[in-house]
Amino acid sequence: MKTTDPIALVDHLFRKQAGQMIATLTRTLGSRHLTLAEDAVQDALMTAMQQWPFRGVPENPEAWLFQVARNRALDRLRHGKIAADKEPAIARESPTVESPGAAPLLRHELPPLEDDQLGLLFLACHPSLGPDARVALALKLVGGFSVNEIARAFLAHESTIAQRLVRAKRALGDEQISFGMPEPAHLPARLDSVLDTLYLMFNEGYAATSGDQMIRDDVAAEAIRLARMIALHPAIASPRAWALLALMLLHAARFPARVDSEGTLFLLREQDRRQWDSALIAEGMRALDRASAGDRISAFHLEAGIAACHAVAASWESTDWARIVELYDDLLALTGSPVVAMNRAVAISRIDGALAGLAALDAIENRPARDRYPLLPAIQAELWREAGDVDRAIECYRAALGLARSAPEQRWLTSRLSLLV
Amino acid sequence: MPKFVLLLRDAGRYDPGMSPAQMQAITGRYIAWRNKVQQNGRSITGHKLHDKQGRVVSGAGSATKITDGPYAEAREVMGGLFVIEANGYDEVVELTKDCPHLDFGSIEIREVQPT
Repeated sequence: MKTTDPIALVDHLFRKQAGQMIATLTRTLGSRHLTLAEDAVQDALMTAMQQWPFRGVPENPEAWLFQVARNRALDRLRHGKIAADKEPAIARESPTVESPGAAPLLRHELPPLEDDQLGLLFLACHPSLGPDARVALALKLVGGFSVNEIARAFLAHESTIAQRLVRAKRALGDEQISFGMPEPAHLPARLDSVLDTLYLMFNEGYAATSGDQMIRDDVAAEAIRLARMIALHPAIASPRAWALLALMLLHAARFPARVDSEGTLFLLREQDRRQWDSALIAEGMRALDRASAGDRISAFHLEAGIAACHAVAASWESTDWARIVELYDDLLALTGSPVVAMNRAVAISRIDGALAGLAALDAIENRPARDRYPLLPAIQAELWREAGDVDRAIECYRAALGLARSAPEQRWLTSRLSLLV
Repeated sequence: MPKFVLLLRDAGRYDPGMSPAQMQAITGRYIAWRNKVQQNGRSITGHKLHDKQGRVVSGAGSATKITDGPYAEAREVMGGLFVIEANGYDEVVELTKDCPHLDFGSIEIREVQPT
């Protein structure tokens, strides 16, 4: 251990290692010991938190943590006190940690790390679980997020998330779902389930509906990390995975321009495009290129294509709206989603004018679903304003304000309204 | 150079449901503080003490009594110690002022008596 050189901790080391260690322990011990693996890992991180302040960061922190976690897991197995352990602070059981000097040996023992993480991801995203349970479980197990953090990202109560996780893990146990990559015959369906989960995870982080932006950014970043891992994996990569990665990257490139330091929201048309992340756009465009290798066009392909049109446009006005309308047509045919229909209406208004956009909004057939989206009156308000009908615009802004879900949304709508009244 | 022992008492209990990110944040604050001490050219070593399994020995001869340390009941438990070399109390106090441990308990500073 170095005591003279200042060593800083790598960003998110604990979070990343938590997922990695749970994955490796679960592979070794079997998925029925999933909870034991989680507890052992929590224990190892607690021990690090208590010891590293005094002893300094070990030279190989990853191996140190893994060794402690593994020993804790073995202790728990040996003592058979898996379920009975009610110690609140499990980290205090043993004061002395194995000599960190021996830790580097572990490097050779460490398995192909990404395969373990993917094995755990396939477990967490099993099709027998509901979509929300999959997202929560993937964040908890693979992403190293706590129940509290997931609850903040979902805008849900901690107890709701905790229950969802317990139920999901019980379901995995009941069905005796095993850890690891699926058999080739099951791969396509299992992979789709994973990709759909990552898409939801990303949207959870991307939706700027409320307060805790930092944790939401982390959730989106985790979705990107996992999508990238899949896209780059020779055994499971698929055009759909590349398309998902492309759409995430192209959306994430716009994160920096969406909200300013005061929390003010900027819509796409108002954003300062110089703030977009050009490296992410470049990577996203390359991913989209790889996605076009297949002959199956998925919704991810179409969404990534739309995001790409925006990413390469110099301004809102010079955007290739005709191409975007085409892509939305295909996407609408594929999904039938009212949200897609709304966005399509906006694209139509860019080509044929505000009234054409409003007509497209009126044509959305699924009214009950449509009326739940607070975005709808906001879009209508913008289009009425453009069409020069101030009264209707005001009416729609007020309706939108009644549905606004977050303070930034409310502020944005209030400021728009104040321009008219 | 004079040596000082910093005795760290823990008042707060850690929440066992803490997230990896929170645990890293706490660890990172201590590490940053250690690094700052070292960057000031001062050596620092430390030991974490076990939070359980203490023994208290008292009484001489036949009156010797050995009890398990009732540390858990104490309001503040000695959680660990640092040894820092510095020029005097003023300097150590200055170094200690921004020690993250002050969020979790108190720090007693004692100079090792020179021979």
